[in-house]
Amino acid sequence: MYRYDEHDQRMLDERVRQYRGQTERFLRGELSEAEFRALRLRNGLYVQRLAPMLRIAIPYGMLASRQLRQLAHIARHFDKGYAHFTTRQNVQFNWPRLEEVPDILAELASVQMHSIQTSGNCIRNTTADQFSGVAPDEVEDARPYCELIRQWSTFHPEFNYLPRKFKIAVCGSVADRAVVRVHDIGLVIVRDAGGATGFEVIVGGGLGRTPMIGTTIREFLPAPELLGYLEAILRVYNQFGRRDHLFKSRIKILVKALGADEFRARVEREWETTRRTVPPLTAAQIERARSYFTAPPYEDIDAAACAGALAAARATSRAFDRWLQRNVGAHRVPGYAIVTLSLKRTGIAPGDVTDRQLELVADLADAYSFGEVRVTHEQNLVLADVPQPRLFELWEAVRAAGLATPNIGMLTDIICCPGGDLCSLANAKSIPVAEAIQRRFDDLDYLHDLGDIDLNISGCMNACGHHHVAQIGILGVDKKGEEFYQISLGGNQGTDAALGTILGPSFAQEDMPEVIGRILDLYVAERHGDESFLETYRRIGIEPFRKAVYGASH
Amino acid sequence: MALLIRHGDIVADDWVRLDAEFDTAAPLPPGKLLVPLCLWNARRAELVARDQPVGIWLASSEHPEAIVDALEDIALVAIDFPVFSDGRGYSYARVLRDTWGFAGELRAIGDVQRDQIFLMKRCGFDSFQIRADRDPTDALAGLEEFSLVYQSATVDPLPPLLQREVRRGA
Repeated sequence: MYRYDEHDQRMLDERVRQYRGQTERFLRGELSEAEFRALRLRNGLYVQRLAPMLRIAIPYGMLASRQLRQLAHIARHFDKGYAHFTTRQNVQFNWPRLEEVPDILAELASVQMHSIQTSGNCIRNTTADQFSGVAPDEVEDARPYCELIRQWSTFHPEFNYLPRKFKIAVCGSVADRAVVRVHDIGLVIVRDAGGATGFEVIVGGGLGRTPMIGTTIREFLPAPELLGYLEAILRVYNQFGRRDHLFKSRIKILVKALGADEFRARVEREWETTRRTVPPLTAAQIERARSYFTAPPYEDIDAAACAGALAAARATSRAFDRWLQRNVGAHRVPGYAIVTLSLKRTGIAPGDVTDRQLELVADLADAYSFGEVRVTHEQNLVLADVPQPRLFELWEAVRAAGLATPNIGMLTDIICCPGGDLCSLANAKSIPVAEAIQRRFDDLDYLHDLGDIDLNISGCMNACGHHHVAQIGILGVDKKGEEFYQISLGGNQGTDAALGTILGPSFAQEDMPEVIGRILDLYVAERHGDESFLETYRRIGIEPFRKAVYGASH
Repeated sequence: MALLIRHGDIVADDWVRLDAEFDTAAPLPPGKLLVPLCLWNARRAELVARDQPVGIWLASSEHPEAIVDALEDIALVAIDFPVFSDGRGYSYARVLRDTWGFAGELRAIGDVQRDQIFLMKRCGFDSFQIRADRDPTDALAGLEEFSLVYQSATVDPLPPLLQREVRRGA
């Protein structure tokens, strides 16, 4: 993964010093509440319902074991012993003290981590496919380009006071695991007829109050032109994006208002300048970025022999078999596997880990996966390079730590925001709803029979829980001071991304497991063969689900 | 006379700024005049014919495209930041410098403070009217917050970090 040289480190150290100064000026009364708010917000520090919340970037989801150990240390000394992985490859602490944040930043900087631009109206952490570099269906590794975007966007002088936050995601595979079509800018690595690398550029996607699937404004952007083109898009947005209304200030609203053709024309006009002023990426720059993401020293493993041994182990342990089915994926190198550690155990808030679990995962990464871990937007962790002959012993270790729930991609692998328990923006709680659903549907045979279903929960229309792109989406709403939950069906993340359709009137919290049960019963009754939930939904439409949930008279 | 940061020094501001409510029919005061766009549009010939330099200040809602044909006649463009969070002016500065090649003084006015001017400078601003209730000497330190940068900008178009070599053994 990327490692800072003395220049990267110096810049980060200077940032810590700057933020310490800003905090001190605020505490001395030299900065007003509002002025300091803008400064702390572009440094990931929110003041929440109960305490401040500090959001830390995990650039494109990559973590080294020593960074995990440092997060564990921070959780123990500055927080209440746990951390929360978010839906955008960030990690959050929910109980830091404002005065101690500069010290936390210094601790983070010592392991090349930071909170830069994790909030505020600026370019946020660039996210990527968590299987970059190991996926069998990969065109090219997204991470070197993500790192180049990280450097370009860090303290970009022009784009620190945008109309609104700005999120970029990059995917280098055929399957889209980075939800690029619901980002302000989504980039998909493609090859042209001559084999040159470039990007499909998708603009104006997003969730939140006005969910939209992005529009492709350029089918093929040659890779060296990447930063100049991004700069042109951002310059159009910064000048012409609305600033008069919080809910209309994302780039998706501008793209819609201008129309894709006019938006593209404006970008191309700015690009005439920026392709001149932003130097194209040189072969040396791209090579330097790539040099940090070379393959680890894989061993030659006899894949056929492993397959036999694994089959034998599966035959003796049903639980191991289930875990292999759901949590272990194919690797591009024969004899290796990609292992996802589930942070979706019933009774634990989705994405939460303790300090001890963080340390254990660090140890497992060192022992089984070249010392690296990835973080997914589904709020799970990944060991990306596990030798197949060691899967059984890894499973035993992971299971003992409570991280082996065999539910990846299933109903109980719920994406869930912190919700009304912690977040001051929330209209409703989300964690107890997730837990109630996990408790109701705890029969593994049933869950495995249901197969792939995304169920996502957001506590308000800001949609941090990505409910619009779930096959079953749940949105917390406030009705005269009471919490209710609205269900949408048929959303999807991935290459054929789609937004869900609202089922109908919302429900009280205690009714949610029963309502989800009716939806699932209808799917099971209606499915043809091994049709997935989404396939059945797309075939029969939403009306049968409405009848099943609300009765014939709806 | 108000103080100003210009080219990294604190100097007295020798320009007279006329506000947007200045009567477009009133006689022009003497001295270097920094005028609102409406006054420029109403009395351009007269302003250019004076033997004193003239400049135009733009509100954040006034795109610099409105003055692209005036750039040869003026010595100063000032861009107003009504609140620090309104960042349009950063892009206006880059368009003025990079697209249209404006080489005169480019000044940030309005809600301009220590924590913004490092960024503003890189976008091509070379003078800063620090908000009246803040100490410009303290703000000056803002220009030195970082000793190196990652990306090209109007100032420092090819910083050393863009030219790093592949590390041996990386």
